[in-house]
Amino acid sequence: MALLELHNVHAYYGNIHALKGISLTVEEGEIVTLIGANGAGKTTTLRVITMLLPPREGQVLLHGEDLSQYRTHEIVLKGISMVPEGRGVFARLTVLENLELGAYTRNDKQAIAEDLERVFTLFPRLKERQGQAAGTLSGGEQQMLAIGRALMSRPKILLLDEPSMGLAPILVESIFDIIQEINRQGTTILLVEQNALMALQIAHRGYVLRTGEIVLADTAENLRNNEMVQKTYLGME
Amino acid sequence: MQNATIWRSTVKAGLLTGVIAIYIALTGMVLSLSQRPVIGKLSLGHVVYMLVFAGMGYIVARRHVGKTQRALVPVHGALVGGLGAALLALLPIVGRKIDLAWMFVTAKPNLYKFLLFNQESTALGIGYLILTGAALGAATATLPVLPPVLHQALLGGASTTLLMGVLAELVQRTILKKALGPLFAYKGLKPWGAAVLFVALSVLFGLYAWWRQNHPQAQRSVPLETGPEPAWKRSLKLGLLLLLLLILPIWLLSKDTYLNSVLNLVGLYVIMGLGLNIVVGFAGLLDLGYVAFFAIGAYTVALMTSLGPLGMGYSFWQALPVAIVFALSAGVILGVPVLRMRGDYLAIVTLGFGEIIRILANSDWLKPFMGGALGVLDIPKPEIFGRVLKEEYQLYYLILAGILLTWFIASRLYHSRVGRAWQALREDEDVAEAMGIHLVTTKLLAFGFGAAFSGLSGAIFAAKVGSVYPHTFNLIISINVLSLIIVGGIGSLPGVVVGALALVGLPELLREFSEYRMLFYGIALIAMMLVKPEGFWPKRLNVYARPDESAPETAQ
Repeated sequence: MALLELHNVHAYYGNIHALKGISLTVEEGEIVTLIGANGAGKTTTLRVITMLLPPREGQVLLHGEDLSQYRTHEIVLKGISMVPEGRGVFARLTVLENLELGAYTRNDKQAIAEDLERVFTLFPRLKERQGQAAGTLSGGEQQMLAIGRALMSRPKILLLDEPSMGLAPILVESIFDIIQEINRQGTTILLVEQNALMALQIAHRGYVLRTGEIVLADTAENLRNNEMVQKTYLGME
Repeated sequence: MQNATIWRSTVKAGLLTGVIAIYIALTGMVLSLSQRPVIGKLSLGHVVYMLVFAGMGYIVARRHVGKTQRALVPVHGALVGGLGAALLALLPIVGRKIDLAWMFVTAKPNLYKFLLFNQESTALGIGYLILTGAALGAATATLPVLPPVLHQALLGGASTTLLMGVLAELVQRTILKKALGPLFAYKGLKPWGAAVLFVALSVLFGLYAWWRQNHPQAQRSVPLETGPEPAWKRSLKLGLLLLLLLILPIWLLSKDTYLNSVLNLVGLYVIMGLGLNIVVGFAGLLDLGYVAFFAIGAYTVALMTSLGPLGMGYSFWQALPVAIVFALSAGVILGVPVLRMRGDYLAIVTLGFGEIIRILANSDWLKPFMGGALGVLDIPKPEIFGRVLKEEYQLYYLILAGILLTWFIASRLYHSRVGRAWQALREDEDVAEAMGIHLVTTKLLAFGFGAAFSGLSGAIFAAKVGSVYPHTFNLIISINVLSLIIVGGIGSLPGVVVGALALVGLPELLREFSEYRMLFYGIALIAMMLVKPEGFWPKRLNVYARPDESAPETAQ
């Protein structure tokens, strides 16, 4: 059974039909990427999975369990953690407080301390700056903090929304390296990206979204070599 | 070229000075305050416009220091003051030729006479006026050129002496009368008293400035490298503060009823402010109907304890917990329908709630139970250990206990798990929810705690005043509480106290300025927002790494 499954999901913003029957699967241990242009429904898909926007039709299954019976704050307990678009760090709280909030649902002090150590090992910068207000960090550091905070809930699957947005190319590389490292350590990853080139380099499989529908689904390698993908999303002629 | 720019800016400042001075004169405050002596024959009417000359001279001089020769700075100041005074002098000149009173009701001959120092000859009066302006401008413009210690000494001495003169009546109600009594006339300072005070205060300010100069580490309010101060130092400071608070009404304020009633009013606002600070400052939920919970607390105590026909005859201490529980429940009940609202929408709905409570209390429908517009009278004073707290200075201790309790709860809450959740909510609701924070309970807790504090404040208010009327609980209270939080520094507990002192205490003490009180209040608010937009005592943002010993702690 797949870790995460979406079956024919329809979602609306008011009357706007944002997702028109999305179906996808994410297997345990994978990095799966959703690529597509602005407004294709990538972020909406993540909002549906976290029940910030409950689907009007279709199912979201985690280990076969329907998630629509849960509210957003309970989704974390199920093992899904999100790094929101634009990072969404709590600007006036310190780095440490942000990370602690990532472990809000947990009570096991010992394990939380271990996870904090793990995050600090992944992102030594955050350790240096743990007492600093998150809003005073640079964009790259904020992205690291957002990822670190999401890891603090010990998720089975990590949802990443545009982690490369607004970052310098060199930082994008290092963020993607870390995403791969997190995956190697055993966390499944669903990655939403506009930077299709980078995303398809680290992902195992990918889905291409266009105006709320999945138009292609294949392994990352095949997608990289697909003519349509190359033309439309990788900017090759 | 450079030089010409500086002179031009000086002339501009001088013209601005004149415009402000004319404006002040035309508002009528110069004349209406002219009967109130500050120092000897110098009246408050003189002070308000002369302060413009002095102040502008000072501001211009501070900008010019370093850009022009030091010796020239006072000249610039004199020009600013003189030019301002010359413009002001146009008012009597023009006014005596053309009748301005059809447009400016205060532009009357007695104003002109006052501005010209009651001189028979217009020319002589104008001469005096311009000379005064130039002298004041030059004097204050000299300050920034002096060595820093001397500058601080003279500025502190002069402004504090002036303040003492303005607030003479209030100063004489406090313990200071015992020490400084002879320096004061019935109203205002005696001239020699002012001189003595000025010299003494200047020396004190000078010593302080000198000490600070030689202890640069004391200048930093937050020691970054040295880490947190030792525990004994903290306890000592807290102990001293507590002692000061305990002796404040009976010793420092000599049990004075008026001053203590102002203090108590400030205290009630502090309790409300601490409560609203949880809702607005911690959780970021803009609540404009906060007065409703104050009213609920007050009416509960009123109806339960009143000796009148509406009362039930319970004691204050029996009614107090009921009042708090009622307010808390009302906070939670209001919270339910507004859970899905954010920002402006939330503000408007809560605004409506505040009005509903007031209108209900005022309605004929509930008149048999709540007294309608006539209110509830005959509320007995609280009793403690057989003693009735009937004087203001006795009630102060009840209010102080309330403040200490709410302060303690608020500060514990801030660092608690739910406090963290509130802050996360304030920063980003969606992300907070995605972190596993239950929005419903978290928001309702904020509304509940905030309302409970307000209910406590209202309960004490009812017992203190002895009667409650619906019209007491109008929108302006909500706005005042919100403003004091913002002025103090949103989210900051000491900021609430500073804000309450500035926005509730100060206007009360400025009663002497009668109808111009609110004008000064408005000016002060605008100035404050321009100079310190983050509030007088803001919550500190960590910008530097904090020392290691306080770092390892995990969420609980």
